[in-house]
Amino acid sequence: MTPPLVEAQRIVKRFGALLANDHVDLLVRVGEVHALLGENGAGKSTLVKMLYGLLQPNEGRILWQGRPVTLPSPKAARALGIGMVFQHFSLFENLTVAENVALALDAAAPLPEVAARVAELSAAYGLPLSPGREVWRLSVGERQRVEIIRCLMQDPKLLILDEPTSVLTPQECEGLFATIARLRAEGRAVLYISHKLEEVRRICETATILRQGRVVAATDPRAETAASLARMMVGGDVAALRHEAAAESDAPVRLSVRGLSLPAEDPHGTALRDVSFDLRRGEILGVAGVAGNGQEELFAALSGERLAPRAGQILLDGAPVGREDINARRRRGAAFVPEERLGHAAAPRLPLSENALLSGHAANGFVRGGLLDRGRMLGWVDAVTRAFDVRKGPRDPEARALSGGNLQKFVVGRELLRRPGLLVVAQPTWGVDAGAARLIRQALVDLAREGAAVLVISQDLDELLEIADRLAVIFHGRLSPARPVAGLTREEIGLLMGGAGFAMAAEAG
Amino acid sequence: MTLLEAILLTIITASTPLLIAAIGELVVERAGVLNLGVEGMMIMGAAAGIAAAITTGNSGLGVLAAVLAGMALAAVFAFLTLGLATNQVAAGLALSIFGLGLSGVVGAPFVGVQRAGIGKIEIPFLSEIPFLGPVLFAQDPFVYASFALVVGVSWFLWRSRAGLVLRACGENHASAHALGYPVLRIRLYAVLFGGACAGLAGAYLSLAYTPFWTSGMTGGRGWIALAIVVFASWLPWRAAIGAYLFGGITILQLHAQGAGVPLPSQLLSALPYLITILVLVLIMRLRRGGAAAPAALGTPFVPDR
Repeated sequence: MTPPLVEAQRIVKRFGALLANDHVDLLVRVGEVHALLGENGAGKSTLVKMLYGLLQPNEGRILWQGRPVTLPSPKAARALGIGMVFQHFSLFENLTVAENVALALDAAAPLPEVAARVAELSAAYGLPLSPGREVWRLSVGERQRVEIIRCLMQDPKLLILDEPTSVLTPQECEGLFATIARLRAEGRAVLYISHKLEEVRRICETATILRQGRVVAATDPRAETAASLARMMVGGDVAALRHEAAAESDAPVRLSVRGLSLPAEDPHGTALRDVSFDLRRGEILGVAGVAGNGQEELFAALSGERLAPRAGQILLDGAPVGREDINARRRRGAAFVPEERLGHAAAPRLPLSENALLSGHAANGFVRGGLLDRGRMLGWVDAVTRAFDVRKGPRDPEARALSGGNLQKFVVGRELLRRPGLLVVAQPTWGVDAGAARLIRQALVDLAREGAAVLVISQDLDELLEIADRLAVIFHGRLSPARPVAGLTREEIGLLMGGAGFAMAAEAG
Repeated sequence: MTLLEAILLTIITASTPLLIAAIGELVVERAGVLNLGVEGMMIMGAAAGIAAAITTGNSGLGVLAAVLAGMALAAVFAFLTLGLATNQVAAGLALSIFGLGLSGVVGAPFVGVQRAGIGKIEIPFLSEIPFLGPVLFAQDPFVYASFALVVGVSWFLWRSRAGLVLRACGENHASAHALGYPVLRIRLYAVLFGGACAGLAGAYLSLAYTPFWTSGMTGGRGWIALAIVVFASWLPWRAAIGAYLFGGITILQLHAQGAGVPLPSQLLSALPYLITILVLVLIMRLRRGGAAAPAALGTPFVPDR
């Protein structure tokens, strides 16, 4: 019997007092698609970083094809035949696809040769790409293809994919699954990190489930239900979201956008074209779409970071606010949570209390007589911490000290606690574990139920289908008419996200 | 020699030091390091170059000393910004001030000493081409070196793997590090190359352009070289255009002053700087994406492991 391709035995990894991996075992066989499941902080990334040579285990050993190996660097891992596609791409924006691939090669090769190989692989694996394009011109899905091809150039025996579908449209996901099937057919193994349970059940034949640094199960996901997998992951039942999509509502319109067009601000941006919609009290409107189709511009226009050409193009409770800045809109009861939590929603080096001040100084009464009320700011931090289960060491740490999920809970909670009448939120659960994501989604649903109008811009279609009452798709800066979620199929939405339904509108415009 | 030929010749000689220093700084910035110490490295090159040339009587050794002096100052900068990860702007400014001061000390014994400049090399046959010949092919070695630098650096940055790695370090040092490239070592080499170029530009000033030493003789050319790098949007052939545009206007306004153009001489003297600003603004307005500053420019890299 051939030995397993890679085996991790009794791996222990400590970061100071934190035990990130506690005697973890993992076994991946040749030609298998193996899922690594777990919440954020369960130790998945730590484990694969050790397999890829980025971290060294404190205890335990790694066997490659039955022989113990040490992996002091990614280069050593690549030499064995291990490739990894990271969740956050490590691409060079201003370099071309071929240049990016060439940089990842351990042996020097002339660029034209690399470009030819890229073209060859992209055809063979159904990963369309043009080698001469600069990376900043590519969509997220295309960037992922660059990363995958980078790995395939090394002819790997094991490919590690870290949350690969979190940024893809349903159609792009299908493409990726086809590529994975092809890799498996060639006898390559894939280690597939995900928390999307349906996906794992569909494409993986084995799964190792981690919770708090320990392996809690090694199982065949096809024999499990999504609910049973989730239970193993979380260590208890994840309560289903209490939400029923409302039918057509006749509640008063809170936010109305009329024929909003806005030129792109920077050369990499997208112009908004004739965007119109109504958002009623008590409803959640979802805006789906592939990244870079105008989501950032729409958020900037709604929040007042960029002003609309005419005041009347954005009406908040009937008042024209298109020319008002973000603080004026906040005073009218609106709140905004941008997509990028570190750098946009929060200043990395400021403590949480000062980050609370950043969005709350206009409306929260943190400033009295021109002076900061630090006690009140700290109280706000405490309140957000309690309500949203923000886990942190000191009472008021710097924003950058929080993990991604906890910071996300903080920046969402900071706005939700103000009980806004209108909330515009982008990517509310980006990179957040299942438990925290459920908490945030439930909070959004509850806010709407209390009568607020909520606009959620997200690339996570599952999330939108779960919480939104109506859904619109943004494509090339145009927004499709919003339709009730109840009657929508994934195929319809996927086609809209790919621009299919916009052809007529584009010709008319 | 016609007046036009004479003007073109002086334009080339005025532009060459700018071009050499700018090409060096361009490589440094492509690697992600902002070295504002060009002026200091350049004048140290000028002082060390003339000191060595007068002491040994050998211009070649003078040039070598200038290059080494520029590299020595660059090494100090590299130690501060790469080794200790200090602020690059502050370290670069300090380097300029330090270089200006130190060069005065080094050059003091040689004030007023005259020596013959480095001669022109006439390339056989080519220099006999009417008009173009004397202008392009009867120049001093520095001019040829500057042309070679533009071609060589272009080739290096866009055709060689080492150049690709260098640009990658300037775009995203974290990713380059993750791929296993020695970011700090690559940046060190780039900074040393920049120092060598600045030193060479300084040698040109004290050994060929005006073959004697006066303190402060670089006259802000190091700062102009820095501006040319931005003007060139980090492309070598545009740096050549920028250097010649600036050098050309400097010379032309001198001739204009000589010809008695009815404009205040102060305004004419300021013309090169005004035009540089104007062109920079125009470029910024016209440019739509791509070929912008290296993304990691000026940010220190500290490997976390």
